Amino acid sequence: MRAKLTALAAAVLTVASIGAAQAAGQPKHGGILRFYHRETPPSLSILEEATFSVNAPAMGIYNNLVLYDQHKPQNSMGTIEPELATSWAWDKANTALTFKLRQGVTWHDGKPFTSADVKCTFDLLLDKNPKDKLRKNPRKGWFEEISDVTTNGDFEVTIHLKRPQPSILAMLASGYTPMYSCHVPSAQMRTHPIGTGPFMFADEKQNESIKLVKNPHYWKKDLPYLDGIEYTIIKNRATAVLAFVAGKVDVTFPTEMTKALEADIKKQDPTAICEIGPINVSTNLIINRDKPPFDNLELRKAMAMALDRKAFIDLILQGAGDAGGALLPPPEGVWGMPPDILKTIPGYGDVAKDREAAKGIMKKLGYGPDKPLKIKVSTRNLATYRDPAVVLIDQLKSIWIDAELDPVESSAWFAKVARGDYSVGLNLTGNGIDDPDQAFYENFGCGSQRNYTHYCNKDLQKLFDEQSQITDVAKRKKLVWDIDKKLQEDVARPILYHARTGTCWKPYVKNFSIMTNSAYNGYRYEDVWLDK
Amino acid sequence: MAGYLIRRFGLMLVTLFGISVLVFVMLRLVPGNIADILFDAAGLIDTADKAKLEHDLGIDRPIVVQYAQWVNGLAHGDLGYSYVSEKPALQEIAPRIPITAKLAGLALLFSIVFGVPLGVISAVRQNTPIDYVLRVVSLSGLSMPSFWLGLLVLMAFVAWFGSIPIYTDPPKGFWNTLYLYSVPAVAVGFRSSALVMRLTRSSMLEVLRQDYIRTARAKGASLHNVNYHHALRNALLPVVTVIGIEAAFLMGGLIVTETVFNIPGVARFLVEAIRWRDYPIVQNLVMFIAVVAVGMNFIIDVLYAVLDPRIRYSG
Repeated sequence: MRAKLTALAAAVLTVASIGAAQAAGQPKHGGILRFYHRETPPSLSILEEATFSVNAPAMGIYNNLVLYDQHKPQNSMGTIEPELATSWAWDKANTALTFKLRQGVTWHDGKPFTSADVKCTFDLLLDKNPKDKLRKNPRKGWFEEISDVTTNGDFEVTIHLKRPQPSILAMLASGYTPMYSCHVPSAQMRTHPIGTGPFMFADEKQNESIKLVKNPHYWKKDLPYLDGIEYTIIKNRATAVLAFVAGKVDVTFPTEMTKALEADIKKQDPTAICEIGPINVSTNLIINRDKPPFDNLELRKAMAMALDRKAFIDLILQGAGDAGGALLPPPEGVWGMPPDILKTIPGYGDVAKDREAAKGIMKKLGYGPDKPLKIKVSTRNLATYRDPAVVLIDQLKSIWIDAELDPVESSAWFAKVARGDYSVGLNLTGNGIDDPDQAFYENFGCGSQRNYTHYCNKDLQKLFDEQSQITDVAKRKKLVWDIDKKLQEDVARPILYHARTGTCWKPYVKNFSIMTNSAYNGYRYEDVWLDK
Repeated sequence: MAGYLIRRFGLMLVTLFGISVLVFVMLRLVPGNIADILFDAAGLIDTADKAKLEHDLGIDRPIVVQYAQWVNGLAHGDLGYSYVSEKPALQEIAPRIPITAKLAGLALLFSIVFGVPLGVISAVRQNTPIDYVLRVVSLSGLSMPSFWLGLLVLMAFVAWFGSIPIYTDPPKGFWNTLYLYSVPAVAVGFRSSALVMRLTRSSMLEVLRQDYIRTARAKGASLHNVNYHHALRNALLPVVTVIGIEAAFLMGGLIVTETVFNIPGVARFLVEAIRWRDYPIVQNLVMFIAVVAVGMNFIIDVLYAVLDPRIRYSG
């Protein structure tokens, strides 16, 4: 009898545990996902902004034509999925990309989504709409190769390119390229955006909160799972961390945790799930090549050879960073140079040996311990800029460069750089997508707005165009590595390091994924759910 | 008395005019404007687009014209639009005033309720163990930075109670409001009460040595009567001044407390608006704080005249 009872109890327990496991794995509807936000975003119009302070809360409001798979951490051509488009096809010449559009999709105000809205979006991006204009258009350069956008009926649209550019698809898949409607003016999109996404804008209070509610008419059946998402703006990071530990918020602001903070959180809340990874933001050195003596390539080379990247990573990031070139290094980065190529570049190998060689150059140029080169290192007066600038100043001393820190008021920084009113500076560069076209044209292209050092190499520019048209990934990668190596050897904008930062969330937040090669593309949250 | 009040009121208006000019000019002397900040956030240097935005916002006009437009707007109850949220400035500023007023009021109440009686006790029990203890407490209140104290309080709440008294949503109901505001109010009020306590003590000690106090004691007045009726009333003059100044300070100076406890009040909003160079918000908010400060000074002047009749004759 006892044996029978024991067997029955065991069976009941087994069934109960299986049931519980199934319940835990089965998505549940309902609940509000609570984040803290590090600041009041400049607006909620993604097309006008260039910070993931906007993408994080606003991406859920919108849809793209295509989008990176939200649960594959590494964005690549292979992880692009249809969203408002149901399919896409290239023509034979690879200059026309045709999208079939999803039918039955409505904007949050009930109006239908059609191909006209796609055309309107590109008219805004290409500055072709005489009646409406984006206040800022930071990614106009991404779409420079688009000659025209045509519609064929309500549910087909074709993007015509001046030349083949396979990576246009990557740019369309970025969180930075949502579709806007024709009937909502761009000014309204800043304060009360209307999209087709899983969440609708509910309310924003400056310095307080941003609230999104579930779109009950979302075109994806049964999604989103959440009733809403709330972002409480907590500017003080210590308070924000305590708020997370105390359960006031479910998720920290994406990629905001340093290694030290992550350890602190895990100590106070061992159940917290934290992931640290790269975000495709590089810290780099900008040298004004128009200003003597920095117009001398040899001097710029000596400066690059004085860098000890490991010291930067250990001191500033407690080891949570990577040395690399213009493109994010592997394994998270798709296009970055592998270590065996990297170490062949001066400044990436043996630090002592490189510094000796750099000293030789400095001697030739007439500098020495008794006659140091006196310079100023300008940077934004923010800790993430200032701290590495101080380490840089220390490292430059090793080759008789006596540098002084010139902290620049944040709002005056880019204007100062644009005027060329600096000799040596330290800057941070975020890449919206992990793609060579974006990185090369934006940061190193002749005449680009964001090419702060005015580096312009006509031969490399031709190679930029050449790699941009290659459809074979392996072949393109090889050329991309050659270009990146050349950029580093030319001291175009020496990359000091690529930082790794983290995000923490409570264990009851399910289906939550972090992208590892971009901080701008992974915030749709339509299938995130709460196991509460 | 009427002449005294009219003179003070006139002085108040002149002061406010001076502040308005000063704020307006100084704000424009600070490097960068909203266009710089917005374009900087996007890493862009498109001078044509930036110039267009400056033109659209009217910040490219001569400073005198801008000032006249602002004052004219103020006179008609139009405070302009926030450059960041693009909502009316009044709509942005108004909801934050009661938040800070509640916090400042509670902090001031705490400082008076604890500061004045403890200051009196410390004075009448001079050089006794209780005086020593109170002096140490007041000194620690003055020397502890409020951000440190605030964070310590938050850490203690998380460690001991597993909850955190920070503002994430508007509080619902009286007790919830009291809970949410009383913790930061104590953190702020601790410093204010320490100040009030020390001032009350020193002022009381000075008064207690006066001849008329000795006379009152010689006449056989009770200790309570001497301390609280004769001495405290006269010792309160400098204390009232400090409380008035503290009240004005608390309306605009709680930046650290509002940041640590995440309270969306006036001070935090002002700092954020300065960061964005959101002129309509900064100008109007500073003017509001100035009106509170100048108004408090006016009230202090009136209280002075009530507490010490000699002032109204000589003033």
